[in-house]
Amino acid sequence: MSQWLPVADLAAQVQAGTLKAADLVEQALKTIAAKADYNAIIATTEGRARDRAKDIDERIAAGEQVGRLAGVPFIAKDNFLVFGAETTAASNMLRGFEAPYQATAIERLEAEGAICVAKANLDAYGHGGSTENSDFMITKNPHDKTRVPGGSSGGSSAAVVLDMAPFALGTDTGGSSRQPASFSGCVGFKPTYGLISRSGVVAMASSTDTIGTLARSANDVAAVVNVMAGRDDLDATTIDRQTDYTDLKLDLKGKKVGLIKEYMAEGIDAGVKQQIRTALDKLAAAGAEVVEVSLPSLPMALAVYYILVPAEISSNLSRYDGQRYPYSYDAAKTLDESYKQSRSRGFGNEAKRRIMVGTYVLSSGYYDAYYKKAQTVRTKLIKEFEAMFKQVDFLAGPVAPTPAFKIGQNSNDPLQMYLADVLTVAANLVGVPAISAPAGEIDGLPVGLQLMAPQKADRELLALAKQAEALLA
Amino acid sequence: MAKLTREDVLKLARLARLELSDDEIERYRAELSDILQYVEQLQNVDVDDLQPTNQVTGLTNVMRPDEIEDYGYLPEALLENVPHVKDHQIQVKRVLG
Repeated sequence: MSQWLPVADLAAQVQAGTLKAADLVEQALKTIAAKADYNAIIATTEGRARDRAKDIDERIAAGEQVGRLAGVPFIAKDNFLVFGAETTAASNMLRGFEAPYQATAIERLEAEGAICVAKANLDAYGHGGSTENSDFMITKNPHDKTRVPGGSSGGSSAAVVLDMAPFALGTDTGGSSRQPASFSGCVGFKPTYGLISRSGVVAMASSTDTIGTLARSANDVAAVVNVMAGRDDLDATTIDRQTDYTDLKLDLKGKKVGLIKEYMAEGIDAGVKQQIRTALDKLAAAGAEVVEVSLPSLPMALAVYYILVPAEISSNLSRYDGQRYPYSYDAAKTLDESYKQSRSRGFGNEAKRRIMVGTYVLSSGYYDAYYKKAQTVRTKLIKEFEAMFKQVDFLAGPVAPTPAFKIGQNSNDPLQMYLADVLTVAANLVGVPAISAPAGEIDGLPVGLQLMAPQKADRELLALAKQAEALLA
Repeated sequence: MAKLTREDVLKLARLARLELSDDEIERYRAELSDILQYVEQLQNVDVDDLQPTNQVTGLTNVMRPDEIEDYGYLPEALLENVPHVKDHQIQVKRVLG
């Protein structure tokens, strides 16, 4: 059992004065300290968190309405710019970076009274699916310390499951919130592309980067998304919010859920497939119409992703040149040597690998064959999804081919590590919302059910996840 | 096509402003060859007359008025993370060797 009430109840009790924001912050900090050996947290923002809690309690005592997340503690992945601690993206390049402003997502949560208490570990810059690429430390799976928690938002997922806070923010560029939710055992939500501003979040691949939310329930995710969603002048890719995202309701009767054939193919663990079939049987028994569907271009999605994303990474990471961000190789004699030495020493292996792949696919002579071709296959994939969503309301399948793997198991074979993203990247390429909902365990390790909906149907997707939660619990 | 040579890797490293050790050159040569070989499966996909997608939600040319807005950031604060600052400017090493 969690020590935290649902997010909306916590906020209501703080507003009513029956709970104190200061006590909630202490409770979060105490849990973080007690479970430090999981390496989920890079740093706490305790000074600022305590000040904010005191301020919120005083305002409530004075009769003020503080907001819809009054006093609710949360943890942000360390690629969000947040006051009160360094923002490192778990990279040596940014160690020592003090945010001069905060991410829009953080500003919006704070405006409603939420309190950031800590920064969570990740694969450096978001490059990975296990946190093994963090330049600092490897986070351990809450269910088995010899296994990874998933990634790149593995610190966030572990923190939620270890009960350190009611919710955590992650990012999801190719599955980085859903896959760790599946591996660690919580809900992980990726919104429609552009629904939540990325301003103030360390950029990875701008055409697929989204803000993820990790929590214990779809209701908690909805309470948080409701505060963050909508246009932001500081991120030109943002779209208008469609609706209120709370008070989730969905009648399963007459709703068509397509189980994706390509996601139940060879290479997916038999136990995982069994869990997914059982989950869909339960949805069907509750009234949903479950059909098997095929998206023939899906097997190409991973290749598209591993061309486009390294390309965008090589561009986004060019800013780390040793001149503007903390890490700089001071013994260099010339500017060019400073660039080279700062980047060679400051970047870890995975960042270098992705920068070089990206440089290759964008380089003169290869651009059409790789980058442009991938963007065109992306169109093909989008068209298949659009056509499919005329036939079904939702799509379903596993989140990852296996439950959490052992630490070190895939770390010597980058291609093998990339294959772990095979079931999550399509939602990012197509821009649709997707969620990982807990669907039971295999030998003590959690498995997530992935659900997807058409673009801008985020509310409907959250409502379906809430139903699934009740049926699969 | 995707079997990279040592020279290919050195050229990429030069373009990306990275300096690699001999071990790294050999490792990345093998790993990048594997990755590129994997993504080359796209070469055979038939895309007919489809156009490339650059933006997935259909937004085009998001404009704002060309006006200076005060976000309240002090230049000093924005320069605080910069390793070397002189007279309010970012200081770099000499450009010519």
